[in-house]
Amino acid sequence: MDIFDKYATVSGRHDELLKIGSDPFAVCFEEMYSSTEGRVNGRRTILVGTNNYMGITFDPECIEAACDAIKTFGTGTTGSRIANGTYGLHQALEEEIADFLGRRSAIVFSTGYQANLGMLAGLAGPKDTILMDSDSHSSMYDGCRLSGASVVRFRHNDPADLDRRLTRLGDDGGCRLVIVEGIYSMLGDRAPLREFVEVKKHHGAFLFVDEAHSLGVIGENGRGVAEEQGVEDEVDFVAGTFSKSLGSIGGYGASNHPKFDVLRFTSRPYMFTASPSPSNVASVLTALKRLRAEPERRQRLWNNARQLYDGLSGLGFEICAPMGPVIALKMPDEATAVQAWNLLLENGVYVNLALPPGTPNGACLLRCSLSAAHTAEQIDQVIERFGAVTAIIADQREMVAQAGE
Amino acid sequence: MAACGTEADFLDAKEIMSPNALNAYDEVLALLTRYNPNNIEISGETNLNSDLNIDSVSAMDLIMEIEDRFEIDIPINLVSDVQSVQDLVDVVKSRVEAA
Repeated sequence: MDIFDKYATVSGRHDELLKIGSDPFAVCFEEMYSSTEGRVNGRRTILVGTNNYMGITFDPECIEAACDAIKTFGTGTTGSRIANGTYGLHQALEEEIADFLGRRSAIVFSTGYQANLGMLAGLAGPKDTILMDSDSHSSMYDGCRLSGASVVRFRHNDPADLDRRLTRLGDDGGCRLVIVEGIYSMLGDRAPLREFVEVKKHHGAFLFVDEAHSLGVIGENGRGVAEEQGVEDEVDFVAGTFSKSLGSIGGYGASNHPKFDVLRFTSRPYMFTASPSPSNVASVLTALKRLRAEPERRQRLWNNARQLYDGLSGLGFEICAPMGPVIALKMPDEATAVQAWNLLLENGVYVNLALPPGTPNGACLLRCSLSAAHTAEQIDQVIERFGAVTAIIADQREMVAQAGE
Repeated sequence: MAACGTEADFLDAKEIMSPNALNAYDEVLALLTRYNPNNIEISGETNLNSDLNIDSVSAMDLIMEIEDRFEIDIPINLVSDVQSVQDLVDVVKSRVEAA
């Protein structure tokens, strides 16, 4: 027996994908022309799947801050936050995040994945129960596992189902931690946080919200879905990432809980990894200030989302959620999805191909994410190139119809 | 996770006290119908992933349906070792008894 035998099924599925075209899991941007265009397979390509919501990755001030930090503090910290990896920059960023979010304290992690891992593994323990929305990101699933807590899933965006499951659990003396996302990454739908807050209060549970895809994107000040729905004070813990709206890498957790900072010496994903490099931290610090000073970025993002949403729904695509910066199109099956994804790439449009089990309800998706930096002309071109995809879907439907006759 | 059970398990005296646990196998089988579009014949040894092609997320969705059917909770950390239909039935029975 070979150690990789266990991957035979998934390897076989990957081989099938390669027969159709490019490897969707090995796309390489050979060069970046801007935050919205790059070179893929030698071709100039419009990028509509990068989660670069604010389009801030090439911002001159952020770049300058990163360059200055590298010159002043060096290329890396070579250590974890609890040893030699805490610089003034890390503390300044934590203060800036806490101030922006209106929270007592914020903790910076080295990636967004680790932020969820560190928050959940730190907050919940073996005697606690985590109630997790079924569409949660893998980082939340992994954080749950690392916590050692009992984990009960509830139906996606369904406060009544959460209520039922909390009631069924009864009281075993452990704490209940409800975990949801603001905007869900794959479909782009939003959590009904106000209703979840009612349920969590009724049961005396704690509420954690991952605002990875909503920071900068939604809410009057860009603080996320909790701000938009007016329930920030009822959300006990928030987490988010620096690798989307803030254009770098890293993540954060924040809370008003007076004992929150105990995670700094109890949360393993915080303690046992090198801290974010000075250039990353400096660019995030600047990006956050830019984002606060320029709310018009958010307006541009939503204008762009509206343009793409209207264009794609006009072409007849089935869109999985109400209009927003994540626009996921449901494809009839995996082969059609892969074929359509390849056609778009060959025509200079990069979107995300999302397949089960990475998607809810076994859906095969072409997932687009907008940026404030997209131009109206770029979006028009994207819509035009999506036109060719409708023909592939029509062919597939015809084949199915014929097979059924 | 318990090893694969046998028919004799169903006749275990303790389970006869609990009609829900006694019916666990049939109930789980009924809930599996939706996950078995090709109508593969299912036995206790049927592997959820390799025989029925139920991926990790679908398996957790199935768990939610089972929880509602039996009015129990089955924390997903308890089912990471479940491979066969019988493994699943064993977990259901133990949770029904614990409830």
